[in-house]
Amino acid sequence: MDKETLVSYIPLYRDALLLTLKIGWQGILFSFVIGLIGAAITHFKVKVLKTIVGIYIELFRNTPLLVQLFFIYFALPKVGVKITAEACGVLGLGLLGGAYMIETFRSGLESIPIIQTESSYSLGMSKLQTFWYIILPQAVSISVPGLLANVIFLLKETSVFSTISLMDLMFTAKDLIGMYAKTIECLFLLVVFYLIMLLPVSIIGALIERRLRYAGFGD
Amino acid sequence: MSELLKVTHLHKEFGKNVVLKDINLTVKKGEVVVIIGPSGCGKSTFLRCLNGLEELQDGVITVDGLPVEANKREITKLRQKIGMVFQSYELFPHMSVLDNIILAPLKVQRRNKEEAVREATELLDKVGLLDKKDYFPRQLSGGQKQRVAIVRALLMHPDILLFDEVTAALDPEMVHEVLETMLALARSGSTMLIVTHEMAFAKAVADRIVFIDKGEIVEETTDVADFFKEPSTPRAKKFLSTFTYE
Ligand SMILES: Nc1ncnc2c1ncn2[C@@H]1O[C@H](COP(=O)(O)OP(=O)(O)OP(=O)(O)O)[C@@H](O)[C@H]1O
Ligand SMILES: [Mg+2]
Repeated sequence: MDKETLVSYIPLYRDALLLTLKIGWQGILFSFVIGLIGAAITHFKVKVLKTIVGIYIELFRNTPLLVQLFFIYFALPKVGVKITAEACGVLGLGLLGGAYMIETFRSGLESIPIIQTESSYSLGMSKLQTFWYIILPQAVSISVPGLLANVIFLLKETSVFSTISLMDLMFTAKDLIGMYAKTIECLFLLVVFYLIMLLPVSIIGALIERRLRYAGFGD
Repeated sequence: MSELLKVTHLHKEFGKNVVLKDINLTVKKGEVVVIIGPSGCGKSTFLRCLNGLEELQDGVITVDGLPVEANKREITKLRQKIGMVFQSYELFPHMSVLDNIILAPLKVQRRNKEEAVREATELLDKVGLLDKKDYFPRQLSGGQKQRVAIVRALLMHPDILLFDEVTAALDPEMVHEVLETMLALARSGSTMLIVTHEMAFAKAVADRIVFIDKGEIVEETTDVADFFKEPSTPRAKKFLSTFTYE
């Protein structure tokens, strides 16, 4: 491996990493919001909306992100909806992630025993108050490991952004290889930069999980 | 004395399984009614009906003249009049003892925080748990958790308190502290409906005994001492005999 080449490529990879992170965290934030709203809808069994959420989940979990991005980026403009590549990345990641986040929040909500709800009701709390003060906080802390797994999964999925010409890590590596044929160096840096992005999340995740386990609510 | 709780022709079934048949019961203000009966006879279901946690197939329940109906908007108002303590405590595990206690007074009754905290502190002190107010439920023993659950129900100032086998999950040495708390409440004039398997306690605390078997009230009497000496129905006799060892 050529050291000089490596060093000279680093700024390009750094920029790519920053772009990936920027789109990544916006998309993930978006997916959290979808996840919470979707899970609340299924939790309260809201008519019609519940069915829509179900269809949404199946649709986005059973099609590749690549296809979803193509749809948003190339098909929507045909019906007059124009969108930048970055916004497309955020939207695609958010929609895909939302489907997974709903499922994660939902299984957290379902794991809270029904008698906690009844205990809250017996104090005169309304359905909404019970959800907000009693069930959701417990469900979220139970869901943390699953949510972090989703975050890692979504950050990895960003690698398909290159197909809609976003200069993310994958795009940068492919581009450089195409131009200068320093394949080994480029791929080496690609792996390193993905690790730089994902290892901290994994480590923080493991720490939080351990703390949660020790501080567990269990009686 | 005025009627606080009135149950007429209550009928409850789960699918084809009839759990409560034509239950009629009136509880007056300040009265302590103890419900006993074999496992599975419908005691818990009965209390859950009173609190609007179950839908009835027939019959009417009123508290203070107002009908208790599950899934109606008014039910949250009614539940404030009815305190309930569960066998498994059901404290909220993610909140401190104090927060558990003041949550509903603040959010439901919109009471002033300072005032709610002051009253919570007084009540915790009374049950000997003031030093635990910042603890989390998992840091408490079963008996302590149950006393917190009782204080939590009390802070809502309910008209009537329902207790469903609140000592059944406790180690024997902790049963006493919880029963003491309940006895003190009874003596202070609280209206209570208690389901229990602690016969000595039932005898001490009850103004009236209601014996339920297979979803029916089989025997009901205010002669509490006589009931435990010599119940008038064979079914009650048989049930009580399971508590003596000869
Ligand atoms: N949610 C439910 N769905 C179906 N059947 C139920 C339900 N809850 C209770 N039952 C049935 O109703 C009957 C009465 O149950 P309940 O819990 O009221 O009895 P119990 O008198 O409280 O018994 P225990 O002393 O063991 O607590 C039982 O046969 C039980 O199987
Ligand atoms: Mg029971």
